[in-house]
Amino acid sequence: METTVTIILLGFLAIIGLAIFYLEDLFASIMLFSIYSLVSATLLVVMDAVDVAFTEAAVGAGISTVLMLATLALTRRHIRPSRQRPLLPLLIVAVTGAMLVYGTLDLPRYGDPDAPIHKHVAPRYIQQSPREVGPPNMVTSVLASYRGYDTLGEVNVIFCAGLGVMILLGASRRRRRKDEG
Amino acid sequence: MEHHVVLRVTAKLLIAPIILFALYVQFHGDYGPGGGFQAGVILAAGIILYTLIYGLDNARRLAPDWLLRTLSCAGVLLYAGTGIACMFAGGRFLDYSALASDPLKGQHLGILLIELGVGTTVASVMLIIFFHFSARKSQ
Repeated sequence: METTVTIILLGFLAIIGLAIFYLEDLFASIMLFSIYSLVSATLLVVMDAVDVAFTEAAVGAGISTVLMLATLALTRRHIRPSRQRPLLPLLIVAVTGAMLVYGTLDLPRYGDPDAPIHKHVAPRYIQQSPREVGPPNMVTSVLASYRGYDTLGEVNVIFCAGLGVMILLGASRRRRRKDEG
Repeated sequence: MEHHVVLRVTAKLLIAPIILFALYVQFHGDYGPGGGFQAGVILAAGIILYTLIYGLDNARRLAPDWLLRTLSCAGVLLYAGTGIACMFAGGRFLDYSALASDPLKGQHLGILLIELGVGTTVASVMLIIFFHFSARKSQ
């Protein structure tokens, strides 16, 4: 049952991807990107990764869509037809794709209990986190306590993103005001 | 969008629950899915919805530039500050167990504080990015 649902959702993802590829209307593409994120979020719920699904739904389907629409409002709505022949890009994409697929051949089977990722630190987190950290949601324990350094880094990355946008887009407005005044 | 009555009324009904849900996700992250990051994004989404319906000028009055700039820094500082507070309390950087006499209580307090920092920074940075993009459009 779960496998069927996963296959159907992955099929949806492939169809949406192809539709985005063939569409020339960027507004429709952005909407499809949003739907893509929502379907991915559903897929993650099926895989029991609720926290990741939550983030994907909020960021991928929510905020990025709004930001892409805001960007679209600054540019044109349709793709400009390209005159170049896409042979080289096609080759690069095909080779990269083939390499990625080749790489997956060595991966352990999905849900395999003997996979290295389940043997490393995960058992310790599952056994010790209620005693060492406390929260019933172990994802929070790992994210905020065991991996506190990483999360601090992530917050800094987000802060820097905001800083970058302020420097790049905020400065031009101040210059304009000075020109007017 | 001022003349779209349906949109205005629906948005008015939705914005308060969205913000309430953001707070729920923020403070319930220990027990269910979610945490500071998701809560920040949801809070920002609520205010972005307000901006889309009621216009950028009203939203800028609600969340002016200086406030967002201060909050985005305050979040990072709260996170790093919690880490340093742990060092002053006798532990290592970000070792929350030192924050209270009972290690579990200390962990709880530490996680609450850093999640708050994450939420504050994420929400304000999302709004900063959105406002700067929209401000360019209206010029």
